[in-house]
Amino acid sequence: MLSFTIRRLLTAIPTLLLISLVIFLLVDLAPGSPLSDVPLTVPPEVRQKMLEAMGADQPVMVRYLLWLKQFFWIEPLYGIDALFGTDFAQGAQRIISWQSKVPVFQIIGERLPQTLTVVGTAYLIGVLIALPIGIYSAYRQYSWFDQAGTFFAMAGFSVPTFFTGNLLILIFAVNLGWFPTIYDTNLEVVDWASFKEMLAQMALPVTVLALFNAAEISRYTRSSVLENLGQDYVRTARAKGMGEGRVVLKHVLRNSLIPVVTVVALGLPTVFGGAIVTEQIFKINGIGAALIGAINVSDLPTVQTVTFIFAVLIVLFNLIADILYGILDPRIRYD
Amino acid sequence: MTLGGLYMPDGAEPVLDVRGLKTVFKTRGGEVHAVNSVSFHLRPGELLGVVGESGSGKSVTMMSLIGLLPSPPAEVRAGEVLLGGRDLLKLSPRDLQAVRGAKVGFVFQDPMTSLNPVFTVGNQIMEPLIKHMGMTKPQAEQRAAELLALVGIPDAKKRLKSYPHQFSGGMRQRVMIAIALACDPDVLIADEPTTALDVTIQAQIIELVKDLRQKLGMAIVWITHDLGVIAGIADRVMVMYGGQVVEQAPVRELFTNPRHPYTRALLKTVPSLTGERAARLEVIQGQPPLLLGAPVACPFRARCAHAFDRCEAENPQRRAVDGLPVGQGHDVACHWTPEAAHG
Repeated sequence: MLSFTIRRLLTAIPTLLLISLVIFLLVDLAPGSPLSDVPLTVPPEVRQKMLEAMGADQPVMVRYLLWLKQFFWIEPLYGIDALFGTDFAQGAQRIISWQSKVPVFQIIGERLPQTLTVVGTAYLIGVLIALPIGIYSAYRQYSWFDQAGTFFAMAGFSVPTFFTGNLLILIFAVNLGWFPTIYDTNLEVVDWASFKEMLAQMALPVTVLALFNAAEISRYTRSSVLENLGQDYVRTARAKGMGEGRVVLKHVLRNSLIPVVTVVALGLPTVFGGAIVTEQIFKINGIGAALIGAINVSDLPTVQTVTFIFAVLIVLFNLIADILYGILDPRIRYD
Repeated sequence: MTLGGLYMPDGAEPVLDVRGLKTVFKTRGGEVHAVNSVSFHLRPGELLGVVGESGSGKSVTMMSLIGLLPSPPAEVRAGEVLLGGRDLLKLSPRDLQAVRGAKVGFVFQDPMTSLNPVFTVGNQIMEPLIKHMGMTKPQAEQRAAELLALVGIPDAKKRLKSYPHQFSGGMRQRVMIAIALACDPDVLIADEPTTALDVTIQAQIIELVKDLRQKLGMAIVWITHDLGVIAGIADRVMVMYGGQVVEQAPVRELFTNPRHPYTRALLKTVPSLTGERAARLEVIQGQPPLLLGAPVACPFRARCAHAFDRCEAENPQRRAVDGLPVGQGHDVACHWTPEAAHG
């Protein structure tokens, strides 16, 4: 397993390098200028000076190589310095956002907690409600519970989050006034009252995202459990006199989880980036919102860095899914 | 007829007594009567062979006994299944669970898929021991190792930690037998246990079961469509067709004096190794019947060379051939008799 992991990590390097180049070129080729939000009254020579100051006048390859060096060498040094109070980085140039002129990793550090709180909670809740629903739907196939589950999964999966989000806002925030429409990033949980406030402002976005995630995962769970319920080993377990609970939750579930784990693990990176739309609707000042903002003003370093981090996460969770496979299914051995 | 010495005298109480079992599958096309008033019994230590072609109701009968059929669509509609003085059909699901695996062991056809691929063999053998015998884990492990050794798997203690995919087909069937025998059942139901195995492994499994039967003394129901196997191991044979028992007799009697046209046809299909080679293999012409609706006629009439008017009008009941009560000696469910043919 260890040698497999190391081998996979090593093969991930060329993949990631290629991805980083493609992202860089795509973002660079996209129309727009980093100065698009600078007033037109600013004279051309000043604009030129600003471009030079940002390094945006350099050729693409130079900027790409510089970014590579900063991402893989200088930023980790800053990370180590921040952790251990050392001074390895010695003031080297970091990846700076063209828009806000602060280090991109600082922006990420500020935005990520909101995203993780809202989207992470939603994903967790989504998985936790999807598994029992999927298992029970399969166990009682074509029952009214299964029919209802199928209907809601279909609806939840096919109706986009920007629609359900606005619908919930209209019903529960505007008409009923139970929840706020806007997520207050500055709210700090210090006591019971602020905790309740936090829950109230998380309720709508978490519901929207959890429903969407649960819809997808419950479908996968259902079909996987269904497939396994018909297997011969289930009959064997029953013939041994095992109770239905043990048959389903031990024998069937362990086998059924194998494909579900992939879906859940590969869906996890979307926690970090995929909830972009929902963050926009609920005005959550998260990483997705930061990315959209950066794209709007052609803030190339921010877009490049954040997108690349998503790519790294996807490669990483792919690996984690493969490792979990090996743990769940003894037939898969990597060595 | 001098049959006295051919079968065991009926002294002991049967361990398993099935009376008038009826199982119906509800489908969109109507009710499929898969098991029709099947009665049989099993004496202690006896090996009953059940033969018939695919779809004749052999497996469904055995699965009905013990509540292993999915319901819906299956429904056990009538009958009694007496095991140890209790009617299994009247037990609650929970009580029935306590019987399955403890009093009745099952071995299925395909050892490649019958074991759970993600749990160790030891884990799967220990499960019924812990549940039915109330053993602790170390006790169960000890017993599981003994069982593996009993079914002829070398290095048993170490093999407990292996997964099914690390065993060959024959070995897996041995593991299945170990699971079925784990709690010392009174009855072992072997549902075509050698069909999925190649011939040499088949022979090994049959030898193993013969051997275990002598050591442990349980009664066995052996379902198969291989008459050769039956001839080698069974005490008594029950021939099924269209969800009914069409003939039942001690094994030698059945092979020497088959009464039902279906049994005769079946025996003819067995290719002979000696003598002249037949130009073509014998087959029974036609298709097995669809069992839609309750039976009103003989299920074999369409393929039967002897069929006459009565077969169309009335489903034959089992009748004794040798004067002994039905089920005890030789009985057949057929209207036709040689006398009738000559007369």
